[in-house]
Amino acid sequence: MEFKSILYLEGGPGPTGAGTPVPAFARDINFDQIVEAITASRQEYDLKGFFYAPLQELDGILYRQEVMRDLELDDLNAAVRAFCTQMTTVRQHLLQAGKIDYPLQKERWYLEAATVYCDAVQDLSRSLESSRPKSRGFRAFQQFLTHYAESAGFTSLSQEAGRIRQALSELTYTVSIQGATFRVRKYDQEEDYGQAVARFFEKFKQGAVKDWRSQFREWPGMNHVEEKILFFVSQLFPEPFSALAAFHVNHVEFLFEPITAFDREVQFYLAYLEFTAPLDQAGLKFCYPNLTRTTKAVHAVDFFDLALAHKLVRAKAPVVVNDFRLEGQERIIVITGPNQGGKTTFARAFAQVHVLGCLGCPVPGREAQLFLYDRLYTHFEQEEAAANLHGKLQDELMRMHAILSQANSNSLIVINEIFASTTWQDATAMATKVIGRVLELDALGVCVTFLDELAGMSAKTVSMVSTVAPEHDHARTFRIVRQPANGLAYALSLAASYRLTYDQLLERL
Amino acid sequence: MKAHLMHQDRDFNLRAPAPAQAADLVQDLALSTLTQAMAGGDPLLLEVANKALLDSSFDLDEIRFRQDVLKDAIRFPDALREAYNLTGEAMAAEKKLWRSHTNHPTLVLWDSLHLMEIVVTALKRLRHVADTHGDRVQSEGLRRLFTMLRVELDDTYFDGIQQHLKNMQFRSGILLATGLDPGNKGRDYVLCLPKAQEVSWFRRIFRKRPKDFSYTLDPRDENGAKALSDLKDRGLDVVANALGQSAEHIFNFLVMLRTELAFYVGALNLHDRLRQLGAPTAFPVPLPSRERRQELRGAYDVTLALNLGRKIVGNDLLSDRANLVLITGANQGGKTTFLRALGQAQLMLQCGLFVPAEVCVGHLCQGLFTHFKREEDASMTRGKFAEELERMSRIVDGLKPDGMILFNESFAATNEREGSEIARQVVSALVAKDIQVAYVTHLYDFAHGVHDDPRLPALFLRAERPVEGRRTFKLEVGEPLPTSFGLDLFRQLLEDPLPSAAGGS
Repeated sequence: MEFKSILYLEGGPGPTGAGTPVPAFARDINFDQIVEAITASRQEYDLKGFFYAPLQELDGILYRQEVMRDLELDDLNAAVRAFCTQMTTVRQHLLQAGKIDYPLQKERWYLEAATVYCDAVQDLSRSLESSRPKSRGFRAFQQFLTHYAESAGFTSLSQEAGRIRQALSELTYTVSIQGATFRVRKYDQEEDYGQAVARFFEKFKQGAVKDWRSQFREWPGMNHVEEKILFFVSQLFPEPFSALAAFHVNHVEFLFEPITAFDREVQFYLAYLEFTAPLDQAGLKFCYPNLTRTTKAVHAVDFFDLALAHKLVRAKAPVVVNDFRLEGQERIIVITGPNQGGKTTFARAFAQVHVLGCLGCPVPGREAQLFLYDRLYTHFEQEEAAANLHGKLQDELMRMHAILSQANSNSLIVINEIFASTTWQDATAMATKVIGRVLELDALGVCVTFLDELAGMSAKTVSMVSTVAPEHDHARTFRIVRQPANGLAYALSLAASYRLTYDQLLERL
Repeated sequence: MKAHLMHQDRDFNLRAPAPAQAADLVQDLALSTLTQAMAGGDPLLLEVANKALLDSSFDLDEIRFRQDVLKDAIRFPDALREAYNLTGEAMAAEKKLWRSHTNHPTLVLWDSLHLMEIVVTALKRLRHVADTHGDRVQSEGLRRLFTMLRVELDDTYFDGIQQHLKNMQFRSGILLATGLDPGNKGRDYVLCLPKAQEVSWFRRIFRKRPKDFSYTLDPRDENGAKALSDLKDRGLDVVANALGQSAEHIFNFLVMLRTELAFYVGALNLHDRLRQLGAPTAFPVPLPSRERRQELRGAYDVTLALNLGRKIVGNDLLSDRANLVLITGANQGGKTTFLRALGQAQLMLQCGLFVPAEVCVGHLCQGLFTHFKREEDASMTRGKFAEELERMSRIVDGLKPDGMILFNESFAATNEREGSEIARQVVSALVAKDIQVAYVTHLYDFAHGVHDDPRLPALFLRAERPVEGRRTFKLEVGEPLPTSFGLDLFRQLLEDPLPSAAGGS
């Protein structure tokens, strides 16, 4: 019986090792922030590499979507979480056993680790059976797990551990101390004196009183007096202690690799769902996108920038959602309009939903049809790149050249504020050429620009404009709507909010 | 063990929130003079007096219960004062204890033994008080308390305490019982008393000795000694905690007892003061709150008497059906003073105290409220009137049928016609809702209107104008007269060459 991976349909090694390089696009579209936030509480699992490696194969993506849907069921989610918590405890106990030298104690930590491990496997096996997962991943894992949990090796491990643990936890003994001598003996029903005292004075009790108990410094190790006492205890109760020693020898490596791999890989799903839960509660929608390479007619309804939404929801601020829709031969969304109107956010969110979709994750939005791209290229203004304008322009041109020479028709291209460092006339000329090349490639993309001319370049470009709400004092709505670029829109609405439009002035005068 | 001297079935709760109108009552009825006389400089007496006075009881049995205890207290003042003082001494001794801030078992044990010493001394003295007075007191409250002390704190119990204190010295070492935790270390150490030795030498010799293992540390093994004492501490910890908490329980019992006694000690203080002044006091006869019979004779403003340091003129109020008492008449004729006397008598009745009067029969009211004219921000007439209405609105939130409200020149911050109309509407509504109203007013329109309104049966009292310059402070039954005597007073104060003598307002 074999199980490949809960993350990869074809199994195989996923990205491993610390320090997975952050891909170039991630910083531009704030995807690095998203990954940081998702993985923050799970550093020990080393998950970032998974999030920086979108898949290329549709079936692999569907495999993950199925698993993720299963994990959205409360029962299954709780069961898997419980399993992971238990596995964490197992690791802690083993770490403890490794640190301790005294055999009678080391062996006990080892036993504890094995006990929790057995519980974890059995609990998860039972829960998976009852929660009837639908995904290929979980069904295969469940079969594998049941098989493993019923294997002779595992059952003997589990039963032996249980027996010894029971015997050890039930034994009781007394230590009497007089001067420098201590004496260890089996417990013989001696009376609890603290309780006797409390009972005697009980009648005066008026209400809660201070707790005078001390905080003793607890550490897992032992001093030689404790070791001596434990040794005496092992002499008083020889059977369980000899069984304990034998257990350690007989089960040196009880952890099974596919189980520990599952524990790590399933964190990918748990981490993402945990990250999106508060946004979900705030009323934002997520959906499983349709992904395809056969058409570039992509759309999304009510999508949003996940990195920004994460911050806003934490601050209890509202999140603005947007739509996009490309049809027929439309390829490039050109966004113009007032600054601080949400243009860049829109561009980032466009790229984010594609990356997330190709990771097999539910994406921001009520519904989405997305493109199964092969590479994502982003071109954002880099403020720190060069000191003078000439250097900056040169740098920009070089980066743009690199993108255009690598990109193909399956690429995704996001361009933010192209050639802002040169004159309007030069910028228009150069940008027109660049967008022309992108259109030639037939690649999909978004271009944020102050150059209105780009918006109406071709039937392949779609013009979208950031808007302002006239009823509030030039407040921005962060809505990006599909309409022809009009550099005057912002100025007019500002005038309207001051009641200075032509009509208004006619009325007032 | 409970003292239950304030309520028959529960502790007196010093932490209970004061009623919403408490601050107004204190200010309008000048209660702080009264409570300070009860306290005589003792902060606990002050706190309890305040609490008890403002937290009116609505239970006739409870009021009689307290009256009975108070009567015992007046008969045997030493019993209560001694019990109050000895608990106070225990409190003071406890304050002087230097208590360690870190919870180390040995220190906790040490501190607890000291506190135990203090509280056990107090318990013994308390037993003595109970032995001395137990058979003489007549009230249910004190009989029950003294009997409880004698039964629960008998000699056997004190012997038991001594035995425990002796055990706590652990002369023959300590015995810890424990099991193994998940790291094979001892868990939840429990300190036990070793089983008593077999008495018979024969059985001692032939009894099968339980298997044991022992080890003696090398005298130079300092780390071992440290480890062993640490282990010992874990056992001592639980016992030290038990003793510490027990001592604290007894201490809290003494605190609670002292709190319950405090009300009566305060009452004794007040009783002594008034007797020195020759001012009369009477135990009131409480009636159910539905009753409307009221008989007050020689009722006086107790705070004025305390402030002046002499007996003052009392007034009478006899009414058997009216919900409304309307007081009009001369300025500085004792109207406000009388209103205060009414309010004070009501609060004192409803906390179980005697009242400042010669005779008092009165029903319980479901909450007493005061609405007195306030002197502040007199410049802003408009704002002042709004403030009055706002205050009235808050009072209405808390008013219930059979409640009582005392008005002192209310709604006079506007012109007479408007003020009268509002007063009439407010009062008519209150009376219709069976709320008792006593109203001091100069609003002639209002007073006269009430007089002519058959739907508003009222008792009218009138302050008389000074006779030959001397004020009598006596109120007589009489309908309102159209003019007030303010003009006289104005003339007297500002135009007469002679300054007027001090007196009530």
